Amino acid sequence: MDGVSFLMLVYVFVLAIFVGFELITKVPPTLHTPLMSGSNAISGITIVGAILSAGLEEFTISTILGMVAVIFAMINVVGGFLVTDRMLKMFKKR
Amino acid sequence: MKTIIEITYLVSSVFFIFGIKKLSSPKTARQGNMFAAIGMALAIIVTLIDQDVLTYEWILIGAIIGSTIGVIMAVKIPMTGMPQMVGLLNGFGGGASLLVALSEFYKIMNFPAWNHDVKTDISIIVSILIGAVTFTGSLIAFGKLQGLVTGRVVKYPGQHAINALLVFLIVAGGAYTVIYPGNELLILAIAAISLLLGVLLVLPIGGADMPVAISLLNSYSGLAAAATGFVLENNELIIAGALVGASGIILTLIMCRGMNRSLLNVLVGGWASAGSGGPAPEGSTPKGDVKSVDAEELAMIFDSVSTVIIIPGYGMAVAQAQHAVRDLVNVLEKKGIKVRFAIHPVAGRMPGHMNVLLAEANVSYDKLFAMEDINDDFNNTDIAFIVGANDVVNPAARHDQSSPIFGMPILNADYAKTVVINKRSMNVGYAGIENELFFYPNTLMYFGDAKDAISKLTNELKNL
Repeated sequence: MDGVSFLMLVYVFVLAIFVGFELITKVPPTLHTPLMSGSNAISGITIVGAILSAGLEEFTISTILGMVAVIFAMINVVGGFLVTDRMLKMFKKR
Repeated sequence: MKTIIEITYLVSSVFFIFGIKKLSSPKTARQGNMFAAIGMALAIIVTLIDQDVLTYEWILIGAIIGSTIGVIMAVKIPMTGMPQMVGLLNGFGGGASLLVALSEFYKIMNFPAWNHDVKTDISIIVSILIGAVTFTGSLIAFGKLQGLVTGRVVKYPGQHAINALLVFLIVAGGAYTVIYPGNELLILAIAAISLLLGVLLVLPIGGADMPVAISLLNSYSGLAAAATGFVLENNELIIAGALVGASGIILTLIMCRGMNRSLLNVLVGGWASAGSGGPAPEGSTPKGDVKSVDAEELAMIFDSVSTVIIIPGYGMAVAQAQHAVRDLVNVLEKKGIKVRFAIHPVAGRMPGHMNVLLAEANVSYDKLFAMEDINDDFNNTDIAFIVGANDVVNPAARHDQSSPIFGMPILNADYAKTVVINKRSMNVGYAGIENELFFYPNTLMYFGDAKDAISKLTNELKNL
């Protein structure tokens, strides 16, 4: 990657952090646990990298590492979203 | 094709942002989580049609195994086990980042045609470091919360020197591999040292400081994903990772502020006296007599008041008393008594821990108040009922400059006309110090396991 495209990635990173700060500060304390488990599930986005690693044509050590990464990331994603939904289902006003 | 994939990643990122935005209200939160899940599904599907993905069997096998484990964990875990669950899931996210970075390293090594440069090499090292620290750090946090690893503050000689040495080795090794790439042994050594560092960083942190540790690890798992994004030059990973990273940092700072401590102070193992958990230390002078009441007397006191604020703490979670508390609230409300909950920011073992438990027990979320929203109301409250909380109501934090918790924001329970404390014994809380509130003239101690004691109280109230 050349210098300019790398800098673009840094741009995106920095701006996304600011968006994150703006969004998260508005989440009330009551929802902090679902926020954690939900954002946790989002961090499972590494699944994208895991799929790219596990799907290489030639079978090498990269494929094995990729497959284990798919398992880990999938636990993170599926477990995270489901458990968050389970929690949020309970938050009711009477 | 490349453009379609890129646009879908963008749409997916927008779903993540809207998903988190909708988490700002309990009414829309569930929909928000759904949005985020849709974003994730989009990202996964579109990655499968990427031109670099040529074989599907390994992906499929991994996805089936991972999803099955994920579903089982999410369905089986009791609400009281939520802090462990979040810790464990964090670990898997970090582990995935570590593995992807290693996989990329081998890809570059085995296919020299794969273009890479210094920035990719640096990104791989960073990704390995953060991923590995998140992985083992989260496993230790899980172990502490599950009771598999000691919840006490662990200190050993040379602690900081060892950590500093490990960080130095990682940085030096990383610099070397960037200059002379392709050194397999060195990369594996860096990964191993990073794994060890994760263990050593979380091990010293005491049980009640876990809200900070879990939040920080949450942040790391996001940063690990972002680092992987730099390795793969993928904007979506960077955006999602940055969002999670920011979220974790904010929660970490809120938790630290809730204890009036610096992040550094928490990370190095906190108060000297912390986590001892035994009886009150010798030499501390009790300030008067302790008055204790039984269920029948207490029921009569409750029966005659009009406002109650309940302060839940980790003790409620341990005794799984949230349902018993809910029953008590129902009976009190039937008698026309106004009941609210005051939640200290660091009550429990993770941010929002008490809120989740009370939500599970069907307590309406509009009865739950954050410290700053309710602290002025204790003056006109008849009873402050403390269930399994200790340090967060210790008035010494306000006036005793020699106290380790001096300056920590506390709930003004002592300003209520009567303070009722349910506790199993006179033992100290996490800070390892005597709580002078126990000896106040307006304080009544109601000893017993939270679940049994509160059920008994509820029954007595019903019989009045």
